[in-house]
Parts: sequence; structure tokens; C-alpha cells
Amino acid sequence: MRALLFARVRFPGPAIAKGKDVKLIIAAIKPFKLDEVREALTAIGVRGMMVTEIKGFGSQSGHTEIYRGAEYAVNFVPKVRLEIVVADALAEQVVATISTTAKTDKIGDGKIFVLDVEHAVRVRTGETDDDAL
Amino acid sequence: MNYRTTFASLAALPAALMAGLPAWAQEAATTATETATDAAAAAAPIIDKGDVAWMMTSTVLVLFMTVPGLALFYGGLVRTKNMLSVLMQCTLIAAVVMVIWVVYGYSFAFGGGTSPFWGGTAKIFLSGVTVDSTAATFSDGIFLPEYLFIAFQMTFAAITPALIIGGFAERIKFSAAILFSVIWVTFSYFPVAHMVWDAAGLIYNWSAIDFAGGTVVHINAGIAALVVAIMIGKRVGYGKDNMAPHSMTMTMVGAAMLWVGWFGFNVGSNLEATAGATLAMMNTFLATAGAIIAWSLIEVMTRGKASMLGAASGMVAGLVAITPACGTTGPMGAIVLGFVASAACYFFVTTVKHKFNYDDSLDVFGVHGVGGIIGAIATGILCAPSLGGTGFLVEAGTMGAQVAAQIKGVVVTILWSGVVSVVAVFIVKAVTGLRVKEDEEREGLDLSSHGERAYNY
Repeated sequence: MRALLFARVRFPGPAIAKGKDVKLIIAAIKPFKLDEVREALTAIGVRGMMVTEIKGFGSQSGHTEIYRGAEYAVNFVPKVRLEIVVADALAEQVVATISTTAKTDKIGDGKIFVLDVEHAVRVRTGETDDDAL
Repeated sequence: MNYRTTFASLAALPAALMAGLPAWAQEAATTATETATDAAAAAAPIIDKGDVAWMMTSTVLVLFMTVPGLALFYGGLVRTKNMLSVLMQCTLIAAVVMVIWVVYGYSFAFGGGTSPFWGGTAKIFLSGVTVDSTAATFSDGIFLPEYLFIAFQMTFAAITPALIIGGFAERIKFSAAILFSVIWVTFSYFPVAHMVWDAAGLIYNWSAIDFAGGTVVHINAGIAALVVAIMIGKRVGYGKDNMAPHSMTMTMVGAAMLWVGWFGFNVGSNLEATAGATLAMMNTFLATAGAIIAWSLIEVMTRGKASMLGAASGMVAGLVAITPACGTTGPMGAIVLGFVASAACYFFVTTVKHKFNYDDSLDVFGVHGVGGIIGAIATGILCAPSLGGTGFLVEAGTMGAQVAAQIKGVVVTILWSGVVSVVAVFIVKAVTGLRVKEDEEREGLDLSSHGERAYNY
């Protein structure tokens, strides 16, 4: 019963079909690369993104801080997370641009994930999916 | 030099004042009560406007050391959740001690009594003090308005218990911090100030030199912080949680304010705007500079990086060490003292403290206690004329005798403050309890004790 209700709300008819055309790209990059990446993405036609300052760990281990002899291991490294929603056609190019721009060839350069977006709406106009980007 | 000899003559001043303006009329009264030496030549009491201006400035500078200087220095060193608790403890302790000082503190320290241990009750509620009362300086016949002397000494009394809170920061109950401070200033600060600075005082009469308060303020506070830090126990999560300072910027700003304020503390302790004051000024610059360089150099050599906290710690260590010595040491001696004290404090807070495994949160003992002890003893060496100092004070006139006098003063202060602190902790434990509850400590004292937050971003 509950599952049924949930399903009805979550999958409105038309959205399923159109949603396949929109991708969400999540990238964690080095903070100092943010401006460069933004410029490169704007140049290939990306018209918006969300940016969050985050901490995390991957293959890059943290560092130790010492305060008057007291050592603290800092295991989480500061990164910037980008969330970019683009039309399917642009997605591959976005991934390529981020990976070339954010690259320093040192560990800790980051990761990129690509996800399908079910539905997108522009708040001001109510336009959906591709039109909402 | 005639160290604070003449505080005792304060008692006689009301008599002198009745004589009013005609200076010659006072001569007899003043001379009669001047302590033994140099009294014969006593001239009419002169209040110099230059001295008054400088001492009013110094008094305010010492207040500036406490709030905001010390408060910010300590505040930056604690975690975000405890910032306000430290600011509040510094502010309230200073306020409470100011009131206590005029009610009975001044009398207990400088009330004119002849006991070697306290000044008696003659000046409780500032009894007998008027705007015309005067207090002696180091020069015969030169006086300060007594209100000014009271205010200057009041700021010293106010900062000393505020220094102690660094030892038990981040876990003490607010009420316990205040109650401990009241008991401790009453039974440790006032008596030790009397012993060291009053002409009737025990340590004073051993001819130990403590120009601006190395024993009275720094050793006294350092020992109290050590005692309470051990008795109250470690912070929850000590050694496991990240307890890194929340704002090194605040700490640097606070330390720099301490340095500026310290010119009131050290140079003001000359009580007059004379050439002797300029020596104290030079030394307050140079010992501190030497200590900052030393701490940073040691850090570079031992771990490759010089830290801001290291430079700030060296700054305070140098200031503490030069405090007793600033009026009697030559400028070159001051640089050496800064270097040595800084190295000793570095070794203590980075190595010795961790070996003994107690939690003196902000290293009050490691910096003020250790730096104070080194400064107090080195004062006996560096006052040697052959090292550029102004000469020994002890009758024997030898370095050995002066150092012995210094060590005796240090030992008495350590024992006195230690015993008073232990007793005070037991009393506080019984009356208010010492620590906040564990969950309150985890939440942070800002919210649990004060109901507010330092930063609302």
C-alpha cells in the first residue's frame, strides 16, 4: 500500500521519458581549481552549477597539525564539490573538461560521477527537464 | 635602589595631609615615618604631573592586558564551543577582583601593617584614603596620588586570577571559577603581593628583586593553574579528540595586546616616568623579541616549520621572564633571558607536560610558571653590573647571595600558592562543585553555562 503510494508520487508519467535526457554530474575537485573549471565549463556551454565546500578522503591521506607538542591527525581533506545538471548530449564533454582542467597529476585531484536525473523543474517558469536547464 | 621601601610610609600620610599645602610643615611628619634609610633628606612631598600621566596610562594598559588581551589570547586557544566561557571568566573575574580589591584587598596587601605576611585591616573599604592621600615612589619626596597607586595595583590583582583559568579551561563550572578566584586572591595574591612588595614584607626584606611581579603574578598564577589542572582532571576526550585552537588569529591578536599592555605592567612598575623606566621599556621589547626568535628557531630546527602559536607562546614566555628583571637587567641580558626562558618553556610544554600527562589546557604553568621561575632566578644573575645590570640588592653584594634570595622568594611563593590552591579547590568542590557535567562539557560551555554561542554564521 505504502510502496504503491510512493511509486505514484515519484514517477509521474511524462517525466520518466524526458528525464533520461538530463544528467547530474558530481565532481569533487581541489579547491584552488574551482575558478579554472568554472571558466572552462562556461566556455563549452554549461549555464549553471552548484558548489559546496566539503571535506573527504580518498587516496590522499590527511596531514598532522601540531599545537605546542599536541599532535592532531587531520584525516579529511578540504575539497570542492560541483553539481552540474546538463542535457545528455553535453555530459561527456563536461566530464572531459573537468578532468582535463582539474588535473594536476598528483593524488587528491578528485573524482567525477555521472547520474541520471529523473526530473528537473525551473522554479520561476515551471519549465521541465531539458527546458529547465 | 630603594625598592618600594616607602609603601609603609603610606600609613603616615593622613597626618602629613592635615598639614595641607605648606610643604615645610609636613617635613617632620613625613620624615618620622619614612622607613629607616634615606629618610633624613626627605623633602616636601612632590606629585609630578608627568608621573601621574604615565601611571594613569600604565594602569589602563594593564587593564587592556586582561580585557581584551588575555581573554582573546586564551579564547583563540580553546575550541569554538568554549570561546565565550573563557571570555566571560576573564571579564567577570577581573570585575569581581576589582571590587574585592577596594573592599579589603588593598588593605591586605598594602594596608600599612607590620606583619611580614599581610598588610592588616587598616585600609578596609579604603578607609582613610582621600583624593589628597599620597603613595610613595622610589624617589624620596616624590609621591603619587594614593588613588592612582590603588588603581594601578588593582589591575595587577585583576589579571592574576584571570591568568589561572587557562589551566582548567573548557571544563570548569562558571561559579567554581569565580569562587576559586575569590578565595585564591584573598589568601594567595594579597599576601604574596605584601610579602614581595611591601616594605614590611617577608620576601622584600630578603632583598629579593621582583620589579613587576614575576613571583607575585606569574609564579603565583602558574602554580595555582597547575594544582587545579591536576585536581580537576583532564578534559573529556583529552588525547583522543581534536582539541586544536579554534582561532590562531584571535590568539595572535590577544598575545600582541598582551605585549602592548605589558609596557604598562613593567614600565609602570617603575612608578615614575624616569630614566629607569626607559630601561624597563627597552627590556620589555628585547626579551620578548629574543624569546619569539628562540621559539621559532627551535621549531624550525626540531620539526621544520615555525608556527604562529609558537611565536605567540614565545612572546608571552619572554614577557613573563623579563617581568621581575626588567628594571635591573641590561638590554643584552634581556635578550639572553628571553632566549633561555623561551627554550625552557618550549621544552616544558612540548615534552615534560606530556610525560607527566596532566591537562593544563592552555599551558599556564608551562609558560607563566616555568617562565616566571626562570625569570625570577635569572634576575639575581643578570642584575650583576658586570653583565650590564644595575647592581645587587642584597647586603652581601654578591651574585650568589642575590640568587639565593631570589630562590627563597620563588620557593615561598610556590609553597604558598600551592597550599592555598589545594585548600581552595576542596572548598570550591564542596560549595559549588568543580566540573560541569560530562554532556555539558561535550556540548560546550558557551551553550551549557552561558546560553549563547560565540559565532552565528
